[in-house]
Parts: sequence; C-alpha cells; structure tokens
Amino acid sequence: MKAFQILEGKVALLDRANIDTDAIIPKQFLRKIERSGFGKHLFHDWRFLDNEGTKLNPEFVLNLPRYSEATILLTRDNFGCGSSREHAPWALEDYGFRSIIAPSFADIFYNNCFKNGMLPIVLKNSEVDELFLMVTRNDGAKVKINLDKQIVEAFGKTYSFEVDGFRKHCLWNGLDDIGLTLQKEAKIKQYEDKFKQIKPWLYEGAL
Amino acid sequence: MKTMFQKIWEEHLVSEENGTCILYIDRHLVHEVTSPQAFEGLSLAGRPVRRPEATFATMDHNVSTRTKDLSQVDSISLVQMNTLSDNCKKNGIRLFDFNHPDNGIVHVIAPELGLTHPGMTIVCGDSHTSTHGAFGALAFGIGTSEVEHVLATQTLVQTKPKTMEIRVEGSLSPLVSAKDIILAIIGKIGTDGATGYVVEYTGEAIRSLSMEGRMTICNMSIEAGARAGLVAPDETTIQYLTGKEFSPSKNHWEAAQKQWLSYVSDLGATYDKTIVLQAKDIQPMVTWGTSPGQVLPVTENIPDPLNIEDPMIRKSAEMALSYMDLKPGQKISEIAVNKVFIGSCTNSRIEDLRIVASTVKGRKVHPSVEAIVVPGSGRVKRQAEKEGLNTIFTEAGFQWRNPGCSMCLAMNDDVLSPGDRCASTSNRNFEGRQGKGGRTHLVGPAMAAATAILGHFVDIREWNP
Repeated sequence: MKAFQILEGKVALLDRANIDTDAIIPKQFLRKIERSGFGKHLFHDWRFLDNEGTKLNPEFVLNLPRYSEATILLTRDNFGCGSSREHAPWALEDYGFRSIIAPSFADIFYNNCFKNGMLPIVLKNSEVDELFLMVTRNDGAKVKINLDKQIVEAFGKTYSFEVDGFRKHCLWNGLDDIGLTLQKEAKIKQYEDKFKQIKPWLYEGAL
Repeated sequence: MKTMFQKIWEEHLVSEENGTCILYIDRHLVHEVTSPQAFEGLSLAGRPVRRPEATFATMDHNVSTRTKDLSQVDSISLVQMNTLSDNCKKNGIRLFDFNHPDNGIVHVIAPELGLTHPGMTIVCGDSHTSTHGAFGALAFGIGTSEVEHVLATQTLVQTKPKTMEIRVEGSLSPLVSAKDIILAIIGKIGTDGATGYVVEYTGEAIRSLSMEGRMTICNMSIEAGARAGLVAPDETTIQYLTGKEFSPSKNHWEAAQKQWLSYVSDLGATYDKTIVLQAKDIQPMVTWGTSPGQVLPVTENIPDPLNIEDPMIRKSAEMALSYMDLKPGQKISEIAVNKVFIGSCTNSRIEDLRIVASTVKGRKVHPSVEAIVVPGSGRVKRQAEKEGLNTIFTEAGFQWRNPGCSMCLAMNDDVLSPGDRCASTSNRNFEGRQGKGGRTHLVGPAMAAATAILGHFVDIREWNP
C-alpha cells in the first residue's frame, strides 16, 4: 500500500450531500476482476453525457479545467453511503484523489479508504463551509494535509482532525494490515482452540 | 448488565490494543463481484485461506434471471463467475454456483441453509450483510481488502461501535409491513442517523415479526448508516433454525439453543442512544426521492423544498424532485409507474411472495406496467412453485424469474431504461441504481403488488380487492 504522510495539493469541490458509491462508480463497471483501471469510470453518469464515456459533461464540476490537477476532494455529509464496493475508493484513487474532506462519511467507505493509501478527513460543518468558500475564492490554491500532526493547513488557517492511531500508523508507513494481524497468529489459534470446545458445532466436519 | 452487542463483541475479541480490536469472524460469505481481487491478493502474497470450512460462496450479483444456460450469459459476467469457481475449487470453499439447486442471493441462502446462527460474527463483501442481524448475529458488510483479511486471518481489525436501541412499541396496523417500519425509521433518523452505531431493534412490533420480517428490517439498517442491526434471538429464531441443513447436528442442538438464547440484552443494560416509535403511527411508506430517507406515507403529497429550512436538505430535495420528475404537492397515491420489481435481499423470501400472490390473485397487471417477480433463491422458487404461487403470478401477467440480485442493482440485464418509473421492493433508490435515468420508488411487497395491478400507488389498507 502507498504511504500517506504529507499531501499538498489542489482541491476539487463537490457540493452535494449523501453521495453514494453507486454514483462514485456505477455497477456496470464492477464486472472486472482486477483492482486497477477504475479511474476512467469515476462518477461516470455525472461526468459523461453518453454511456460509452466519450462525451464529457461540461457542466459537471470535475470536468472544469481548474480542477484537473486536484488531489483532494472537498464534499458534504455522508459521502460514500450505500454499497460496500471498494471499487469506489479504487476509482477515486486511480483518478488522482488521495484525500477526501467532508463533515461525515459512511462507515464502510471510510474504512475502505485506509486500505488504499487514502486519508478521509472529517471536519466540522462550519469548517467545511469555510473551506468551500475559500477554495471558490482562491482558484487553484493548494492546501496542505499533515497526517502526523493531524492538521489541514489552508488559507492561513489550521484545521485539526481525528484519526484512529492504528490506521494512522498503517497509512504513514504504508503497511499491509494482514501482515500485522498474522503476527498475532498464536492468539488467533488460541481463540480457535478455546471455541472448538465451547461451540463444537462450528468446527464439525465440512462445516 | 450488558447489551447483546456487548456480549457478542466481547466473546469475539482476539486482542485489543489502544482501542484497536481484532475480532474473530465465525462465518464469511463470498460472492462473485467483490471477491476476485481479494483472492488475487492472497495468491500474490502466497497466503492460504485460513478456514475454508467457515467460508461459503454463491453467485448472485451479476447472474441472469432469464436463463440457466451458461452459453447465454454475457462473457464479462462469465469471467467473474468462472473466477469465483476457480478460487473456490483452489481453496476448498463450498460454492453454491449458478446451476446449484440452492443458488441464490447470499443473504437469502445463508439463513435458509442454517448458516446464520445467533451470537455469530458474520461478514461478507456486501453492505446488506446486516440482514443476518435478524438472528442475533453481529453481521456487517466489508470491502474487498477486508475480504482478503478475513480469508487470510479469519479476523478483522475493528474499532468498537456505539450502541443504539430502536424500540417500536405496540402493534402494527393490518397490512403495514416490516418494510414500512424500516422505511419509517430511516425517514425519521436519516440515512446517516445510525452511522457509527450498531442498532438493536426492540419492542413488541419487532418481537412479533417473523424471521422474514426481521430480516427485512435488519437488511436496511445500512440505509440508516448503521454498522449492523440486531434482533434478540427467541423462540421464533429457534423455530426457524430447526432442521436446517447446516444447523448444529443432533448431538449439539440442545447446547447450541441454550447458548443462542443467552445472546439477549440484560434487563437494565444501557445503550448510547435510544429512539422510540409507536407502531400504530406507521403507515404504508413510499420513497419519493433518490435517498431512502426521502420517504413518506402513501397518503401524503410530494413535499415542497421551499418549506425545508436546512439549505443542504433543501438542495437534496430539489435535485431529487428534478431527477424523479415530480412536482411539490403531487399526491403520492397518484404517481403512475411502468415497472414493478419484486425481489432483492430485502423482500424476496417466501413470505414476501405469499403476500404478493394473495394481493394479485385473480387480477391482472395493468396494461402499461411490466412486472417481474425474482425469488431470492432456488429454495424460495421451489417452495413458491409447490404452493402454486408462480401460477398466480403468471396468470396475473407477472414474469416469474430465476433467483438473483437482479434489478436491485441492475448488474445483469434486468435494467430500467431512462425515464422508467419503478415500484421496487428493493433497498436503494439512488440515481441510476436500477439503470441510468431510471426512477425508483421503494415500497413493501403488498404495495408493489397492488401498484402493478392499478398502475399507480395506493393505500393498501383501503384497497380491498
């Protein structure tokens, strides 16, 4: 997994609440068996005027030239709700976003981001409002995210955010958490040995 | 004094360090769409599946409901299906494949096979895994990286969620269903009202529901943002699990039952939050927007965004009405549809189909409506045919299909066309969910059935066929 430490980048605005993972990556693009190549289908039904994805919708914000190099997405409440599809963060990451800032995220999407070297940041509603305003006024300005200090530095102000310690550790070091869990293999084995006695029906035969 | 959530959580803790918990997973369910990249990751890292016997797979998301002939299946879907077959074979995982008689939607087949038990932890790369909470199992959806983590370690890294009690007091009016309860709850608390919580549904109205009804409620917990939904196990649960193929064998049945009934919240246990609804206030519900929280009783009119104070909620309502092509003040009962979908992991079980059959028996689908019934599994299909429900459906003009997720997410060829308006017993009315430009209204099975006959919504309590 890619490490995430400090990110300085341009911000794209998506001023809409409850953006679901069906909108982020529509189902017709889930029929692949690879992890890569989803970026070109990101927000497909909003970004394109045709089903084939050849005609850009000039009115959709991500198609505006000023957002073409954005690596941070600023959006509204409950981003990533709905389906658990990890194709949503895969598509956002492949398109170029490494961090998403919103007042709240859906649970599974929030989890999935950390597995893909992306940092979802929760800020207060008033802070998100302020950032929307400032980004609109300062075309192309960059903001800086520092994971270690858990701050966003933007337009002369500092916004701090919370992040779970273990997730931060994995993200900062680009660690695969399967490897970390397997270091506790003895404990897992111990658990299983105990429950073979307590719930033997879960361990019998082919079951 | 502990809640049932606390009991299950604590029992499954393998380790806990600074609030980061490793939780043991008893049952892992796998399907063709969210698993290929997980198996690939395992294989690249040279890791085996830790407990293939605790893992079960099915094909449901992209399968055709029109044919069981693999030569008719589109080639892209076939690659995913074959990849799952190969992965299951290679790793010794039991697969209910496309042509297995018990194939079906993952959240329909696991309970009916007896794979879902009270007190279990269950995960699947699908957000509607919350369905299994109906049995008192802690069950939730995960992403593909987590699928890989569970395959490799039989555990998950988790942070402890908060607990919420949603109590539905009293009894429901006749013809008001479990679907109406959960839509009313989401309408009340919003689509992120339970984010960060595990919800336990309590109260007389929940307690008197069948297992099918409880599954419908827990299924849509995710639509309120909840990590999981729970209903305490009781005699109804035990009855349901009696004699199921994968229920504990005779040797263990007594012990299992005794343990299962211990996964209930102690008297006086406290929750981080409690919400109370009165069952008598719940009416047949219809969603009017593009989020399950945009929902009203069928007796109401489409709301006027101008009356909504919060600017974000107002904007969402405006965008939803524009997408749905509806006007403020329009009577919900007068909205006409041209498609009806009865199916999905929310409402495709035998009880749902019986309700639909009793509503449409001897009547005809409205000439401007195309209506399909998609049973949740091979077992549901066989049972319905044994009871003659399929004849009632087809004589009324419904199409009777093979099992699958079908038009709930429209990954196969059951897709709405732009401008279609659908009364759907599924769980999501997002823009484009059932097909680009398609308009979805979520309803319960009785309402969907009556709508197919009349061509528009109706207060099912006043419609007396």
